[in-house]
Amino acid sequence: MIRPQDLLCPRPEGLYCAPGDFYIDPVRPVDRAVITHGHSDHARSGHGAVLATPQTLDIMGERYGAQFAQAMQPAEYGEVVNRDEVEVTLVPAGHVLGSAQAVVRWKGLTMVVSGDYKRRRDPTCPPFQPVACDVFITEATFGLPVFKHPDDKDEIARLLRSVAQFPERAHMIGAYALGKAQRIICLLREAGWDETIYVHGALERLNALYERHGVDLGPLAPATTGRKKDEFAGQIIIGPPSALQDRWSRRFPDPVAAFASGWMQVRARARQRGVELPLVISDHADWDELTATVDEIRPGELWITHGREEALARWAELHGVSARALALVGYEEEDED
Amino acid sequence: MRAFAELLDRLSLTPSRNAKLTLVRDYLRDTPDPDRGWALATLTGDLTFDAAKPTFIRKAVEERMDPQLFWWSYDYVGDLAEAVALVWPMRPGANREPELSEVVEALRTATRAEVQRLIEGWLDAMREPRERWALLKLMTRELRVGLSARLAKQAAADLGPVPVAEVEELWHALHPPYEDLFAWLEGRSEKPTSDNPGRFRPVMLAQAIDEAVDFAKLNPADYSAEWKWDGIRVQAVNERGVQRLYTRTGDDISRTFPDILDAFHEDGVLDGELLVMRDGKVATFADLQQRLNRKAVDAKLMAQYPAAIRAYDILAEGEDDLRTLPFCERRKRLEAFVERQHTPRIDLSPLQPFSSWPDLADLRAAPPEGDPQIAEGIMLKRVDSIYEAGRPKGPWFKWKRDPFLVDAVLMYAQRGHGKRSSFYSDYTFGVWTPSPEGGRMLTPVGKAYFGFTDEELKQIDKFVRDNTVERFGPVRSVRAEPHAGLVFEVAFEGLQRSGRHKSGVAMRFPRINRIRWDKPPREADELTTLERLLEQIEAR
Ligand SMILES: [Zn+2]
Repeated sequence: MIRPQDLLCPRPEGLYCAPGDFYIDPVRPVDRAVITHGHSDHARSGHGAVLATPQTLDIMGERYGAQFAQAMQPAEYGEVVNRDEVEVTLVPAGHVLGSAQAVVRWKGLTMVVSGDYKRRRDPTCPPFQPVACDVFITEATFGLPVFKHPDDKDEIARLLRSVAQFPERAHMIGAYALGKAQRIICLLREAGWDETIYVHGALERLNALYERHGVDLGPLAPATTGRKKDEFAGQIIIGPPSALQDRWSRRFPDPVAAFASGWMQVRARARQRGVELPLVISDHADWDELTATVDEIRPGELWITHGREEALARWAELHGVSARALALVGYEEEDED
Repeated sequence: MRAFAELLDRLSLTPSRNAKLTLVRDYLRDTPDPDRGWALATLTGDLTFDAAKPTFIRKAVEERMDPQLFWWSYDYVGDLAEAVALVWPMRPGANREPELSEVVEALRTATRAEVQRLIEGWLDAMREPRERWALLKLMTRELRVGLSARLAKQAAADLGPVPVAEVEELWHALHPPYEDLFAWLEGRSEKPTSDNPGRFRPVMLAQAIDEAVDFAKLNPADYSAEWKWDGIRVQAVNERGVQRLYTRTGDDISRTFPDILDAFHEDGVLDGELLVMRDGKVATFADLQQRLNRKAVDAKLMAQYPAAIRAYDILAEGEDDLRTLPFCERRKRLEAFVERQHTPRIDLSPLQPFSSWPDLADLRAAPPEGDPQIAEGIMLKRVDSIYEAGRPKGPWFKWKRDPFLVDAVLMYAQRGHGKRSSFYSDYTFGVWTPSPEGGRMLTPVGKAYFGFTDEELKQIDKFVRDNTVERFGPVRSVRAEPHAGLVFEVAFEGLQRSGRHKSGVAMRFPRINRIRWDKPPREADELTTLERLLEQIEAR
């Protein structure tokens, strides 16, 4: 009788697949790694061989330099790759450009490692694709019923109303540099914002990478000190979250500090960070998406990698799905910066 | 309701006064009657109903979801109304989202059981957590969005625009949802009449005198002087059987001071200082605080802290509006009026004769009753000035007494809010105390976040960043040793004993007077300096 833990088991380095001898999103350097997506807590440098989507490999190259691993093997979505006796397939996770779930098959057993994911439409990447499986291994970053992300169109509309209401001020949006920033830009374009969007230097290379992969971001310009302060009045500026309260922000006229993150759902979080306009826009599944996904896949077992495991595990048990918290460490709440 | 929820949400996170004003003004402009009127009444605190208890809502939510999951959620969020607003499972199509006016109507008139049923139905229907949050905060009357009633009235006045004083004077003749007010502000009808007894009259304020410029231009013979008492400014109204006591912003505090209102036996409107007075002597501000912020008072409290008005102006007497008379005429009417009331609860702020500005400077240096804490300085009023709402330039000046000063050492700095959020702009400073090891250590004595220029703020901010010892969230501890650190000359208005502060003293109104880049911390003051000052104050 084959047990799931014979195929995948948690180790300090990350989830380990013994029959295929590889790790998924290892947090320490290993010989063979499968990487679900380019966020730095999942994609680290210094591995021997890396299997990932071409976009994720490109992102890692941009972050760590071309030699971030000894060997890189791109796998398109849906392509079956063999690792010893194990079949690995990457399928879309809907999280950021290139993000994938790792589907691992061995001796008739199917396990899916979701990586980070969401179920909403995202103009920068293909949608999450549910895969029937024996064990679904999910994240639970927003695994509490308080997290119910509103429609991102409404959040963007609120931002644009504020821009119209305060034409003498700049609107400065803190957004995670990989994925969130580009999604916000695309959403602004879809809402009809055709003006130049000013960006912090930390975003420039990833913006260019997204454009190379066919994501049109429209007119962008660096938010440099060379400009006069009032040139930024009525404009939208995007920077990494850490820049919101940084001296960098002083170059803008009386900026409205906005922050695009799932954490902004909780007022105390917004207040702590001095955010005046919280935008509840997340690249993770909210509570309803997490529970709906479990309900849709109905796996034999649910494993939870990181986040608020206890609440999701309880929900699963109440709904007849046996659940297990892996409590993997090393995956930060990325929007925390 | 959705627009109102968005307004509350933004107000609660917006630090700047001007931005708040814009948010409220735009809301009032874009929202139809009667919703905007109910919203305005909510913001000014003029909407009264019995607050619903939040306990029933907890029960209701636990009927709709697993109590353990709710408990984890509540524990994470920390605020019951917010947690419920976030977790409440929506029932699409269950109901229609309510308008603000429907909600207000129900809260004011329905029975408690009906209100609970209605609220559950609305929560089911609302699509956004923000809206549910606003509903629950409204229902429990816990709208703390950091907006004064005056600012809300200013936002309404800006619709005209008309001076806010006009709205304030009308205010007590108006009733929510204020359709007549909006009709007038938008030019659709005449100004509503304000001739109702007991109304608030917007107050006249003084400008701070600029010693270097103003005295040279002013003739001492044109002005009369009196002490600027350190209580709170009030307006007492006794008119056709209606008695009211208002703060200078028009908040009604009548219920807290029945002893004062009972002392009137003639119709009139007085402008004066609310003080605690025992046998004609002014007590400390700390005593007055025992009477303020109380919802109810009893005979014992009134006897222990007897309140009184020290009157300095009269705005109406009998049927006559006196505000267009010159100050010297009003003063005569005031003196006669106070005399006739013949009560220890109302006395007169005496005029202080002087013949020249140096004369006045001497007076200012010799505080009344020998106590620098009962007056903040001197008021100057042009003898021919009419009583004009707002802060007109020229007729009235205040000349504050020099503050107390102490040299203290910067110990902690915290990030500011809004415009200042990229700066370390809130400072905790300390003075030297004996340490257990026999040496000296710094003990915090106060906090200040203004008194410096933008340029100085940048310099202090840089100092903080360059001399950080430790960080705790938004706070940094700053190097503060005998030979290295930053000394502030801190100005403050008074000193009180305080059990809440480690140092045992609390300063009133501290601010950074000067930055002493030249002074090493070892030369900063010791706590004994403050303790001596406190003893002097208490010994009088
Ligand atoms: Zn991620």
